[in-house]
Amino acid sequence: MRGLSLIVQTIARLMAGLLFLYGLYIVLHGHLTPGGGFAGGVLIAAAFILMSLAFGSVEQSERSSYVFSSVFESFGGLVFVGLALAGYLAGDFFFSNVATYFTGRPLELVSGGIIPLANIAIGIKVGAGLFAIFLALGASQFVMKE
Amino acid sequence: MVELYLLLAMMLASALVASETKDLLAAAVALGLVGFSVAIMFILVQAPDLAIVQIVVETLTVVFFAAVILRTTHSDETIGATLGRDIVLPLVTFVGFGVVVLILVPRVFSFLPKFGTPVMRMAELYIRHALEYTGAANVVAAIILDFRGYDTLGEATVLFTAVVGVLTVMRRLGRKAGGH
Repeated sequence: MRGLSLIVQTIARLMAGLLFLYGLYIVLHGHLTPGGGFAGGVLIAAAFILMSLAFGSVEQSERSSYVFSSVFESFGGLVFVGLALAGYLAGDFFFSNVATYFTGRPLELVSGGIIPLANIAIGIKVGAGLFAIFLALGASQFVMKE
Repeated sequence: MVELYLLLAMMLASALVASETKDLLAAAVALGLVGFSVAIMFILVQAPDLAIVQIVVETLTVVFFAAVILRTTHSDETIGATLGRDIVLPLVTFVGFGVVVLILVPRVFSFLPKFGTPVMRMAELYIRHALEYTGAANVVAAIILDFRGYDTLGEATVLFTAVVGVLTVMRRLGRKAGGH
């Protein structure tokens, strides 16, 4: 993949960090303000996609980020299932909000039990998953059959 | 409500453009217009959570489409090529289906409660006690990650399946060199 022009690269360099931070904010404040794991995860993926569109990538780094993103995708999914299974560890049911009774006060960043943790897990999963899809679609130089 | 109908008209128009134009890039942009109109509708009916998701997902969808189209082919010549040849069967289907819908839909709607009237007691419980039961200030987050965690797990499974499917079809790792 080759990169885009100098103007696009400069703007992308300025914007990608902001996009990434905004995605993190949306994920971490998912239980307080509108947004959540999915929206924030898409924003994080958008930051990576912007950088890889603007700067292009060489074969080797593309391949490693491809592996990393699919690993992170599975990791996020496993964390989410693990949080759901934690309900059994606490002697409760699947998806019971085990941490409600010992973390934080309402309306603060640390509150809501497993909800912020689940948001983070979904954010990792969605961000990595969409970036993996983008790499798979954009990276392979496939030719449509006539 | 007038804005909603204007948006609906615009969505219908751009959906028609998306399905009928030969230029695939224009079709992708028209599809994006439909998505952003949905986002504006979500804002108008005061659903900011969905509006945020819709905006970011739609932006990324258009980027995906544009990236793929720029890499492959710009125009689809098969669109419109069959127009006028097989017009009878689609027309009969369209008219027949339309008549059935027009007869049945008013009957069904007469049984439904008025627009915006809550009938579900479960939802009312969620709205009133979400903060107290879960500690999350955002009721939507409390519902999708606590009360309705199973739904979100299913959603995550759908996304996982989509990613696995795309990676299986499009992967380059493990393929023999030169074979695409």
